[in-house]
Amino acid sequence: MDFSLIAQQLINAVSLGSLYGLIAIGYTMVYGILRLINFAHGDVMMMGCFFAFYGIMIFSMPWWLSFPIAIVLTAFLGILIDRGAYRPVRNAPRISALITAIGVSFFLENLGLVVFGGRPKGFPRPEIFGGIYTFGDIRFLGLSIWVPLIALVLLSGILFLVYRTRVGRAMRCISYDMETTRIMGVDVNRIIAITFAAGSAAAAAGGILWAMKYPQINPLMGIIPGLKAFVAAVLGGIGNVVGAMLGGLILGMAEILLVAIRPDLSGYRDAIAFGILILILLFRPTGLMGEKLPE
Amino acid sequence: MKRLLVVLLVLTLAFAVMGTPAAAQKKGEPVRIGMYLPMTGGVAAYGQMEHAGVLVANKMQPTVLGRPIELFLVDTKSDKIEAANAVDRLIKKEKVKAIIGEAISGNTLAGGPIADKSKVPMVSPTATNPLVTQNREYVFRVCFIDPFQGEMAAKYAFDVLGARKAAMMIDIGQDYCVGLGNFFAKSFIKQGGKIVAMTYCQTGDQDFTAQLSTIMAAKPDVLYLPNYYTEVALTCKQANELGLKVPVFTADGAQAPELLSIGGKDVEGVILTAHFAKEAAVTELSRQYVANYEKETGKEASGFDALGADAYFLILDAMTRAKSTDGPKVREALANTKNFNGVSGIINVGPDGNAVKSLVLLHVKDGKFQYLATVNP
Repeated sequence: MDFSLIAQQLINAVSLGSLYGLIAIGYTMVYGILRLINFAHGDVMMMGCFFAFYGIMIFSMPWWLSFPIAIVLTAFLGILIDRGAYRPVRNAPRISALITAIGVSFFLENLGLVVFGGRPKGFPRPEIFGGIYTFGDIRFLGLSIWVPLIALVLLSGILFLVYRTRVGRAMRCISYDMETTRIMGVDVNRIIAITFAAGSAAAAAGGILWAMKYPQINPLMGIIPGLKAFVAAVLGGIGNVVGAMLGGLILGMAEILLVAIRPDLSGYRDAIAFGILILILLFRPTGLMGEKLPE
Repeated sequence: MKRLLVVLLVLTLAFAVMGTPAAAQKKGEPVRIGMYLPMTGGVAAYGQMEHAGVLVANKMQPTVLGRPIELFLVDTKSDKIEAANAVDRLIKKEKVKAIIGEAISGNTLAGGPIADKSKVPMVSPTATNPLVTQNREYVFRVCFIDPFQGEMAAKYAFDVLGARKAAMMIDIGQDYCVGLGNFFAKSFIKQGGKIVAMTYCQTGDQDFTAQLSTIMAAKPDVLYLPNYYTEVALTCKQANELGLKVPVFTADGAQAPELLSIGGKDVEGVILTAHFAKEAAVTELSRQYVANYEKETGKEASGFDALGADAYFLILDAMTRAKSTDGPKVREALANTKNFNGVSGIINVGPDGNAVKSLVLLHVKDGKFQYLATVNP
């Protein structure tokens, strides 16, 4: 393997890894605050892609209008899901919420099949993201620079929201003790709704970038990215936003390097992702950057 | 949970056993034909096209032996387990006399054994892997098989494109892709060519940059992709983005409108072996069918819908020759099909229930599939 091939593969890895990380950020944020693994996260991401798609294809909006509208709509969808599915089981045991999340996931997938149809659609890629840059033998898509940048912006946004605002303080309180927070006069349901709105908006942003990179959308497209993002979140320490980004990058790197070093094993890259998940759960269940569990 | 499942299973079986009274064959009683097709999921385009083809064929010929035909459709969600369940349901619950499906090899391999055991004839429109009909008395098909397709592709790549070094990426999640890839590789090497890069992917993968970078470093003359349309379209896009400028050769699985809508200008110039193109219509039935299909659906007739129609017409033809809808008799008639003038060409059922047929070569030009040539076995 010569230098340019290694460099090319590293760029491929960062580009894929930051997409995983981007989707994992929203995943891990909702978990960090509510202790709920939102298995519908990938499907919320899918809905975001379809909103953006229809904005461009049916209402002929330019991308800079359609994408933000899709993100806002997806945020509202997040609030709606919380109101309809998670709020009724708020005080039930955690396993009920988990099962509800799986139910929401199936519901969104099948709703998508009925409303959008099962055949994949080509997602339009705006010119600005489609440019190709060349350095010697190394080539990459303009999107490959945009994705880490947007991920960074999103990461700082979420860190700011959680650590520098009043809402964020309330979120952190809820993650410690929901009952006491409520007694202190905080509108817990409103804060949780905001959490879901932010998580879903992040999912939509990640989804739209995913759909531009791999321009094919269908109602089941959220399953694999959702699972990979889950692995990335667990790898980084679920609940830790920076860890999720790091986990995504490591996962992307592992997958690309496997293919680069052993092309004959390239069909088994998903096995790598889930193998990592098993190893992490066995040897370091709190992840790379997760807090220590109380004994 | 597990116990509940077991109870449910036992109950279902009990009902299935109780509910099989021998239905008297009255004149005018509908003949039930089942379809199990991927209407949703990864290969939904095939299922929806084949279903549309069968519906048009049904309009053209709605009766057999003086009895109307009733069609039942079960969605397999492009999944092997769902496919097996679908066949089970069609036979036990809907009591169909014959089955059309599945569209892809892996799912037909899952559904075939059930039809075989229940002695219900099954005709797959487009499952091309040779194993699909092997040792399956009741499973037939109206398409060519992959050893032929792979050999013809290898010959074309070697002789016409002048390729000596081929690179490949095979979807290891699909029996079709693995089989066809191996047949191509074997033939290409036999011709005197070399496989310089062999890479793999998995159905549903979206990122192929790592495989393509490896392929690029091997400097091939041709890239052979024996995969389904979504994967082929995404591969072509990423190949162009990485600057891999070699002819891309693919197969019958790519002949779906999605290849064009997802791939856009990145699939221009892609060459493929396929079952049917309307320019290659040779029989009276195909001309009628193409006209009817375009009138009914407003879309252009292509490979998958034509083969769906062929599966339907062939079953009706066999029932007519057998003068019965009885499973073993229809099977006998299907096995003895000689020079049947189908939509996609002249069909002879050879050993193992395989159709012996010609294939067409197409390429993508100006955002459309265009006809290049017909290749006879």
